[in-house]
Amino acid sequence: MSTMETYKHWRLDSDADQVLWVYFDKQGESVNTIDHEVMEEFSGIIDNLSQDKHHKGVIIASAKKNGFIAGADISQFNKFKDIESAVTLLRHGQDIFNKLEALKIPVVAMIDGFCVGGGLELALACRYRVVESGPKTRLGLPEVKLGIHPGWGGTVRLPRLIGGPQAMNMILSGHTVSGKAAVKMGFADVAVPKRHLVRAAKYYALEKPKTRQATFLQNLTNTKLARKLLAPYMRKQLRAKANPMYYPGPYHVLDNWEYVGVKGNEAYAREARDCGKLFFSETSHNLVRVFFLQERLKGLAKDSHFNPKHVHVIGAGTMGGDIAAWCAYQGFTVTLQDREPKFIAPAIKRAYQLFKEKCKEDYLVQRAMDRLLPDVEGYGIAKADVIIEAIFEDLPTKQALFKKLESEAKSTAILATNTSSIPLDEINTVLQTPERLVGIHFFNPVAKMMLVEVVKGDRTDPLVIEKSLSFVRKLDRLPLPVKSSPGFLVNRILMPYLLEGMLLLDNGVPAEAIDKAMVDFGMPMGPVTLADTVGLDVCLSVAKHLQQYFPDSVIPPRLISLVEKGNLGRKSGEGFYRYKNGKKVDAKSTAYDKPLQEISDRLVLCMLNEAFACLREGVVADGDLLDAGMIFGTGFAPFRGGPIHYAKTNGISELYEQFVKLQTARGAKVSSLHEWEMTEA
Amino acid sequence: MEMKTNVKRDVYIVDGARTPFLKAKGKPGPFSASDLAVSAGRELLARQPFSPEDLGEVILGCMMPSPDEANIARVVALRLGCGKSMPAFTVQRNCASGMQSIDSAVKDIATGRHELVLAGGTEAMSRAPLLFNNSMVNWMAGLWSAKGLSTKVKQWLKFRPANLVPVVALLRGLTDPMVNLSMGQTAENVAYRFNITREQMDLFALESHQRVANAQDNNYLADVLSAYDYTGGVYQADDGVRRDTSLEKLASLKPIFDKKFGSVTAGNSSQVTDGAALLLLASKDAVKKYKLPVLAKVVDTEWAGLEPTEMGLGPVYASTSLMHRYNMRLDDIDFWEINEAFAAQVLGCLAAWEDEDYCRKHLGLKNAFGRIDPNRLNVDGGAVALGHPVGASGARIVLRLANILKRKQAQRGIASICIGGGQGGAMLIENVSEVTA
Repeated sequence: MSTMETYKHWRLDSDADQVLWVYFDKQGESVNTIDHEVMEEFSGIIDNLSQDKHHKGVIIASAKKNGFIAGADISQFNKFKDIESAVTLLRHGQDIFNKLEALKIPVVAMIDGFCVGGGLELALACRYRVVESGPKTRLGLPEVKLGIHPGWGGTVRLPRLIGGPQAMNMILSGHTVSGKAAVKMGFADVAVPKRHLVRAAKYYALEKPKTRQATFLQNLTNTKLARKLLAPYMRKQLRAKANPMYYPGPYHVLDNWEYVGVKGNEAYAREARDCGKLFFSETSHNLVRVFFLQERLKGLAKDSHFNPKHVHVIGAGTMGGDIAAWCAYQGFTVTLQDREPKFIAPAIKRAYQLFKEKCKEDYLVQRAMDRLLPDVEGYGIAKADVIIEAIFEDLPTKQALFKKLESEAKSTAILATNTSSIPLDEINTVLQTPERLVGIHFFNPVAKMMLVEVVKGDRTDPLVIEKSLSFVRKLDRLPLPVKSSPGFLVNRILMPYLLEGMLLLDNGVPAEAIDKAMVDFGMPMGPVTLADTVGLDVCLSVAKHLQQYFPDSVIPPRLISLVEKGNLGRKSGEGFYRYKNGKKVDAKSTAYDKPLQEISDRLVLCMLNEAFACLREGVVADGDLLDAGMIFGTGFAPFRGGPIHYAKTNGISELYEQFVKLQTARGAKVSSLHEWEMTEA
Repeated sequence: MEMKTNVKRDVYIVDGARTPFLKAKGKPGPFSASDLAVSAGRELLARQPFSPEDLGEVILGCMMPSPDEANIARVVALRLGCGKSMPAFTVQRNCASGMQSIDSAVKDIATGRHELVLAGGTEAMSRAPLLFNNSMVNWMAGLWSAKGLSTKVKQWLKFRPANLVPVVALLRGLTDPMVNLSMGQTAENVAYRFNITREQMDLFALESHQRVANAQDNNYLADVLSAYDYTGGVYQADDGVRRDTSLEKLASLKPIFDKKFGSVTAGNSSQVTDGAALLLLASKDAVKKYKLPVLAKVVDTEWAGLEPTEMGLGPVYASTSLMHRYNMRLDDIDFWEINEAFAAQVLGCLAAWEDEDYCRKHLGLKNAFGRIDPNRLNVDGGAVALGHPVGASGARIVLRLANILKRKQAQRGIASICIGGGQGGAMLIENVSEVTA
C-alpha cells in the first residue's frame, strides 16, 4: 500500500479487494459542503490517484449520516475579491474535476442522500454513479435558485451525458430528481436500495462495465443544428417562468449551450466566466441573502424537548381542513373536528388529493389518510399535544371554545388559534391560564406557503412560543415570531398594497396594467389577481377589521360593491376579472400608455410605509425577519431581498420623498421621515 | 414442582362500534374490508382513555379479504396505529367469523394472556372478486411456459371464448361444497321441514325493516359511526333498510334460489352488504386500570355442528347446549339475537324449539324447548334489513344485544348465528355495569 496522506476533510481507506474508499467527511460539519480547502485536498488526492498502482478502483462516498454532498459552501459566495478572482477559482475547480474525469483508475461516486450543485458536478466527473433508490436521495443542479449557475462543469457534462433538452430542463429549473429518475434520464448508472449500495459500487469499481453513453438521439440534440433549432423554443419556455432582467443565470446556461455546445475547453471557459460574473449580480447577493434568511427562520426553532405526536384541529373549512391535511402528511396523528360529518367530508377529499399529489405511492397515501381522523365528537381534544382552532372569526365563539379546551385538553398541550385578525389578548381574557394561548397563523394555500406566523400575545408564555416554533418547523414550515397586533405582519403589510391597487382601478388604471407592473417588479402575481384569488369577501373583512385600528385606511367602493353583488373573485367566477373553471378569461386589454413603473413605485411605497410602521411597533424583531416574512409569506420578489432591504438598497430618504409626494397629491396624512429612518437601526 | 395454569378470568365488553352497513350496489363499494374496520376502529379507539398501543392483540373475522389484505387483522392493527409490536390474527368460521373473533379474544383474556383485545369482523362483500375459470388458468400457464414463437402461436390458437367466463367468488362462497347447495337452498330445506310459508317469511322480513327504522328513529343505533370515503362522501346510516316496503311489495318478488316454486326471495333473505363491527374486550384489571365503563360481561360461548343441508337451524343446537351447560330455562334469557340469514331459517329455529318431536330427537330434550316471544327476539331488526357482511355479523349481533340489555335494563341475552357448512354459534352475555372486586 502506498503511503496514504492524512487530510482534514477526507478519509482514505483501502479494503481487502484493493478498492480505495475516499470518504468525504468535512471537519466540524454535519453535512458535506465544498469550499476552497476541501477542493485543494481533493486535488491532492486525485494527483496521488493518477500515480496509484496498488488499487483496482476508487469509490467516493460520504462519511456523513445525512447526504452525499450539499454543494458548494454558500457562505463563501460573497467572499470573492472581484469577478476575475472568482473566475480563476472556478477554472481551478474545473481543472480538478477534469483531472478526476481523466483518471485511468475507475472512480465510482456512491451517492446516498442528497447530491446537489457542486456535489453532483463532482459526481458527474466520476466514471460511474451508483445511487440509493429511496426517497431521501435527490440529485440536481439548483444553482439558479441562488442567482448563479453551475460553474464546475455541470452545464457541460450533464447535457453531454443526457442530451440538451433534459439537461437544460433540470439546470434551468433547478429541480432535483430521485435516484431512479436519474438512472432513467441517464446520468446515473444504477439505483439500488441501501442494502445493495456497497455491493453495487464495488461491482462498478472492480468489474469496470462499459460506461453509460448518451443515446444517438441524445447526442443528436447536442449537434450545432439541433441546438440552433431547440434553443429558441427552450428560451421561450424559460421566459414564461423567469424574467431575464432579474434572473440572468438560466439564460446564460442556455446561451452557452446554444453557442458552444458540450465539447471542448471553450464550453468550460464560458461557464466559469458567466458564473463568476453572476456571483457579483444583485440578484445573486439577494438570493443568497434569502437563503440565509431561510436558515435563520429554521434556526428559530430550537431543539426543544417538545415532541408532539397528535394534533387536533377544530374547524374543517379551507384553512382548518388544509392545516389538518398538512399535519397528517407530515406524519402527525390528526383529529379534525367540526359540527357535522358533512362539514368534514370535503376536507377529507382535499386531503386525499393532496396526498395523492405528494406521496406518489398508494400505500403512502393510505397511511396519510389513516392518520387523519374525522372527529365530530372531539375525542381528540383530550389526547392532542397541539390544538389548533380554525373556526370563523367571532370573538365570543372563540372565547367559549378556548374555555372548553382549557378544561378538557392535556395541561401540556399547546392551545393555538389560527385567527388572522382577532388579537390574542382579547381571546385569552376568559382563560384561567391566558399564558397558554398562542397564535399559529397559516397562509392559504397551506401546502404551498412556507411561512407560518407564530403570534405572541402580551401574556403568552415564552416557553409556549418556543414549543410552537419547534412544532411549525416539524411541519416543514418556516416559523416567524410576531407580536399580536392587528393583521400581524403579512396581512398588515399586504392589505394597504392590495387596497392601493384597487384604488388605482377606481382611478381608471386597467387591471392588466396594474398586475403587469407588479409582476414585472417581481411579484408572483399582481395585486388585482391576488385579491381575486384570496377572495374579495375575505379581503373586505380583513380590510374592515384593520380599519378599526387604522382609521386612515380607505376601503375602495368597488370592492364593497363587488362583494355585495356576490362577485367574490376566482371562487365565484367573477371578481375584478372573470373566470371560467377557475381560469382567467382573457378580456380585451385596455390600452395604457404611461410607464408601468409609476404604478409599481406607488404600490411598493404603500407597502414600505406599512413595513416601516411594523418595524417601529415591533411587530417583528428586525428588518431581516420582516423581509423573510414578506418573501416566504407573500412571495415578495426574492431577488430584491425583501421590502426593507429594497428600501435600504434604493435609499430610504429618496423613497420617502416619493412617498410624501404621493400622499400629498391625494391630501393624505404623512408620517415623518424620522419614522422611516429610525427603524433602520 | 408442577406449574400452575392460569385461572379463568372474567371478560367484559367495554365498548363497541360499527360502520354503517352499506348495501352492495352491483359494483365494488367505496370501502375495502380493511377500510371498513379502520373506519369504525379508529374512532372507537380515539374515544378510549388508553392508546391503541396499549392493546394486547387484534383479532378480526373476515371471509373474503382482498389479495392486498393477507392476515387482514394485522393490516388493520397497523393502520389503526397500534404499532409494529401489536400481534394480530384473522379468524374464519364462515358466517360466524365475527363471533369467533370475540370468542378467541375472550379466551386469551380469560387465560391471562392479554388484558385488552380489539375483536370483531369486517367484510366488503361488494368487492368479492371475479376469478378466472380453470380452463383459462391452464391456458395462461401454458402460454407462460411456452418457449419459442411456434409454441406460443400454438398456445394462442388454443384459446376458447369459454375461457373468459368468470367464476363469481361470492356465489361460490355462498354455496356449500359438501352438499352442493346454495345457502338459500338450505333455507328452502328448513322451510320445507317446518312448513314455513312464504307469507310468514315476508311478514318476518317486513317487521325486520320496521324494527330497524324504529331503532334508527329512536337513536338506538349509536354504535354506528360515520364512514368517510376519499371523494367527499360520508355514510352515516345503514342504507339497506326499506321504510317503504310492504307485504304487497315483498309478495311481488320472485324466488331466487329455487326458481319458480321456492319461497325464499331477495326480500326475505339477508342482503349482500359491506360492513365492519368491532368490540373492545377487557379483563377486570384493565377495566379498573383505565376506569372503563362496562357494557356487558361475556359469560360463555358454544359451537355446534349439524346437517349441512339445514345449516339455518344451527342456533337451535348451539343455544340449547349453552343453556343446558348453565341449567337455564327459556325464561332465564331476556333477549335474543338470532342472525337473520334468511327469514325462513330464523322462523325454522323457532319452530324447531316448539316441536316436541324435533327437540327430543335432535336436542336430547324430554319436551319441546318452548316458544320464544317475538318481542324478545331481534328487537332492533336484523340482517334482512341491515345485510349480512359475513365476517362482521357475528360481532354486530353481540354488540347489538349488549346495547339492548342496557337499554331495557335486562339481565341476560343470547346472540346466536347460523353458519354455512352446518354449524351454529351462541354467545351468552350478561348486563353488568361495573366489575366486582
